[in-house]
This record gives sequence, structure tokens and C-alpha cells, in this order.
Amino acid sequence: MQILKGRVFKLGDDIDTDLIIAARYLNSSEPEYLASHCLEDLIPQLDEKVNPGDILVAGRNFGCGSSREHAPIAIKYAGFSCVLAESYARIFYRNAINIGLPIIVAPEACRAIKEGDKLEVDPREGTIINHTTSEQYKGEPFPPFILEILLSGGLIPHVAEKVKKGD
Amino acid sequence: MGMTIAEKILAAHAGLSKVTPGELINAKLDLVLANDITGPLAIKEFRKIGLDLVFDKNKVVLIPDHFAPAKDIKSAEQCRDIKEFSREQDLAHYYEVGRNGIEHCFLPEQGLVVPGDLVIGADSHTCTYGGLGAFSTGVGSTDLAVGMAMGEIWFRVPESIKFVLTGKPKNKWVSGKDYILAIIGKIGVDGAQYKAMEFTGEAVTNLSVDGRLTMANMAIEAGAKAGLIAPDDKTIEYVKDRAKKPWKVYESDADAKYSEVIEIDVTDLEPQVAFPHLPSNTRSVADSTHVKIDQVVIGSCTNGRFEDLQIAAQIMKGKKVHPDLRAIVIPGTQQIYMQAVNAGLVQIFVEAGAVVSTPTCGPCLGGYMGILAKGERAVSTTNRNFVGRMGHPESEVYLSNPAIAAASAVLGRIASPEEVL
Ligand code: SF4
Repeated sequence: MQILKGRVFKLGDDIDTDLIIAARYLNSSEPEYLASHCLEDLIPQLDEKVNPGDILVAGRNFGCGSSREHAPIAIKYAGFSCVLAESYARIFYRNAINIGLPIIVAPEACRAIKEGDKLEVDPREGTIINHTTSEQYKGEPFPPFILEILLSGGLIPHVAEKVKKGD
Repeated sequence: MGMTIAEKILAAHAGLSKVTPGELINAKLDLVLANDITGPLAIKEFRKIGLDLVFDKNKVVLIPDHFAPAKDIKSAEQCRDIKEFSREQDLAHYYEVGRNGIEHCFLPEQGLVVPGDLVIGADSHTCTYGGLGAFSTGVGSTDLAVGMAMGEIWFRVPESIKFVLTGKPKNKWVSGKDYILAIIGKIGVDGAQYKAMEFTGEAVTNLSVDGRLTMANMAIEAGAKAGLIAPDDKTIEYVKDRAKKPWKVYESDADAKYSEVIEIDVTDLEPQVAFPHLPSNTRSVADSTHVKIDQVVIGSCTNGRFEDLQIAAQIMKGKKVHPDLRAIVIPGTQQIYMQAVNAGLVQIFVEAGAVVSTPTCGPCLGGYMGILAKGERAVSTTNRNFVGRMGHPESEVYLSNPAIAAASAVLGRIASPEEVL
């Protein structure tokens, strides 16, 4: 997994899946369409503001609410390279890993990092360098099982490999 | 050391004699569910796995209910996609509009889920079936695709929190909805994150099966993986004529280990209202009566069952919906709709000036059939009041039980049934 570099978009606690992608757009599962409405009630014209690689930083319980995988898909295709949060809602966490979007639990970092900071993240090690403030943080490392899924690029390629091998 | 009901069901499906919280297991699934929103995405992912057929054509359920009957062309295409896949795979359990209902009302009603089952659904409220003593949990479309293909997926065994609800509420309008809102108000929207909630105590056993399904339904609103109620005679009475397969009763051992035990005396509990924009933002109805509203929705997988409609009708009978307000009643399934017709409830609602819709998720997720304009407020018996959940980002949703919703429909503001009757 490569080192990720980007600018921070900072969000608060309990950002729910309706805010990430409103249900009014769920009549499609096209990634580009979903991405064009990502977080739109919170950050209008997000698509004009994000540069590929940028990083979402949030508070507690990020992604609470619905099971819609459309939410991490919208984030991924909007151009974000990863998400850092103090904690995640369970289904969102699983979904992000499953579609190959690295998401890291990093409470200390998330409290300190500010909007617009420039970060460098090593998702494999969970290390976070804030180039704006020259501070360094350590997020929680992924359990080996989850790392394996991320390294395959998501759950489907991971399972497809196994199916091909016949186990 | 004993095991909880959640641990027992997971262990049994993983072929293990014992599991402990934190352990990662692969477990076999009894049922896999998706709808018109999550199904198309799951099918797309399923195609990439490299298998032609689902693991068992009798264990995959697809139901168009969210934007169905289709609200627009795109929705129609999503509904078509899951139907075509059902036909291609010869699925035994695809249910078309007119013979279905909201998935979490429909599956228990039809006996498609039974006590002891392990179920995943690409819908967060799949946790509803915990009300029957099944372990059921919401997943995303990719997990579902893998479930459809392999018939098993990985789980992290959750810790359990035990809730002991004692006493009998003095206020006769207090229901399962109020218990669960009070619990979420107490522990917060991440209070049971990654955990299983187990609901016990006389107040829970006194609930009907409908009331228990309502409680389990909202476990996800506290971040939980599942919400479980051990089956008893009432459960078996409910299940025995519906079950399409054998069931198995699991109960927690007396020495099972919980991360926490929370006791709540419901004797003095008042009906609850969750204010915008979190289900945990609860107040008693008495502290909420100043809020003027534009719409009432009675329905959803939380409170769209027959008992819910009965209670609402009892309050709206012979009354009129407030002139400035829309009341929308949505029976959860076709069968509940028919029951409501036969019991004269539909007539009561229509005479009162309410709209009675065909079963659908509709307004619950801001789909259609009652979307809020900027600045509008609704009282709704649904389960989420997030920003923009029912329409415009500057609209508001207040969650309540059906009795409060019905009384509010009559008075045009949040109200107690006592103010109407
Ligand atoms: S009724 Fe609402 S909460 Fe229930 S399944 Fe439908 S959209 Fe989801």
C-alpha cells in the first residue's frame, strides 16, 4: 500500500451516511454520480474543492446510520485517499475496508489536525505526519486479516483469488 | 464461563463449541437479504467473484421496497435489475410489489426468519429479527455479495451489553419504541458500537412480538451489531404457524459475561420524542408540545406493523387531521394492509383526512411519498432523524411512537394522546 499525501477536510462527530450521500441519490450506484453528491449538504461543491489524494478527518462515530456502501464509494471516487476518525460506525468501517478504502482509527491525530493541514499517511503502519505542524501521530494498526483484504484491493478481489485457487 | 445468546448463535454457525468476544470467525448464513438500493450493487460485486450461482437459491431474498413501486426511471431500473437476477438465479424468495412489504416487516411475518437464525442483510435495520431471537445484522453490498456467493462471511464476535427493563409503565401509551428511544437517549448513538444489545426484564417480556421487533429494529441507532431478545412462549406462538423451516431457541447462560449490565426502571417512563438531528436527542413528550409540525408519518420497519396502526387508529377515530398538516399512514406489508382494511382502520384514517399508502419505505429515507420542504417539520414513527433524512437539509424530523404521532396529527403540534381523547 502506497504512502498517501493530501490536504485535510475536517468534519465533526456523528457524520451519518445520509450526510455522506443523501438517499435521494441512491437510485443509482454509479460511482461518479455518487461522488458528485458526496457530502454536499455539508460541503457544497465538494467536487470542485477536492484534489485527488486529499484526506477526510472526522470525530467520533463516523459513518453512522445506513448500511449503504454508496457512502464509502462516494468518498473514494470523490478523490479522497483515506479517512482518519476518532471512531467509526461498524458497518461503515467494514464497507470501507471491503471496497479498498483505507480508514484509520486515530483519536489523538483527529483531535489535533486542522482543516487544510497537509498530511502524509502510511496506512500499513498507521503513521501520520502533519507537514503543516511537523507533528507525528500513530493510528491503530489494522488487524492482519483486514490488512490482507486491503492489500488485495478489497474483499471481492480477495475472495475471487481464493475462488480461483479453489479453496 | 457461560455464553450469551449472541455468542451461542455465532458459535453454532461457525461449527464451534465456544466463541469469545473479539474472536474473528467464519460463520454459515441461514439467510441473505438485499433490496432495490443495495441489491444492484451487490449483484455487480457478485459477478466479479467468478461463480455462476448463488450458494443456495432458497436462502437469498431480494425485495424491492425502498423506492418501490418505482418512483422514477432510475429506481425502476434498480428494481428491474434485482428481479432479473432473481429470475436468472431461480431464487425462491423474490417478492414483487403487491405481494411484499418493507423487508423487515415482511420477513418475520412470512416466517422467512426464525429464532436461532444467522442472517445478514444489506440494510442496517436487518437487526430487527433479533426481536425473534435470531442473530441478524446489517452489512454493505460487498459483504452481501460474498454472502450470496459463499454462504458464509467473517464476523468479529461482539461483546454484549445486557439491558434489564423492570417495572410496568404507568403511562399506558409507553411502548417498545419508547423503551428503545430512552435507551439510545441514555447511552448515545455510539453507546453500543460493535456490540450486541440484549434486552431482558419483565417490561420486555410483556411486549408483544411487534413491540419487540420495534426495539430490536433500533439497536443499530446505538451503533450495535445486533439487538436480541430471547424467544419465549409469545415468540413461539408467533412463529409456529409462519415458520418455513425449523427454529432453535437459544438463551443466555446465567453466568454469561457482559461488558455492561444496565438496569432501567420503566415505571415512570413517559413517551419519548427524539429531536433533530439524532435519535439520542430524546425528551419526554410533555417537554415537546411546543413544536408545530407540517407532516406526520406512521409506518416503516420500526412502527408499520398491525399493532402500530391499531394504536394510531384508536386515537384518530372520529377526529380530523389538523387542517395545516399532512398525515401519511403506511402499512408495513400487504398482509398488514389487508388486516387494516378488514379491521376498519383504513376507513378511520381516510375519514380523518389521512393518506394511506401502499407498503413502501418511501418517506422514511427521504425517497418519495412525503418529502419535506425547506423549513418543514415532521413527527415520524420511523427510526432516524438525521439532517435531510426526510427531505430538505433544513427540514426536521421528530421520532415518536404511533400514539404520539397520531395525536400530533390531530393537533398540528407534538401532542400526547390524552390531549386528544
Ligand atoms: S422503512 Fe426506513 S429504516 Fe426501514 S428499511 Fe425502509 S428505509 Fe430503512
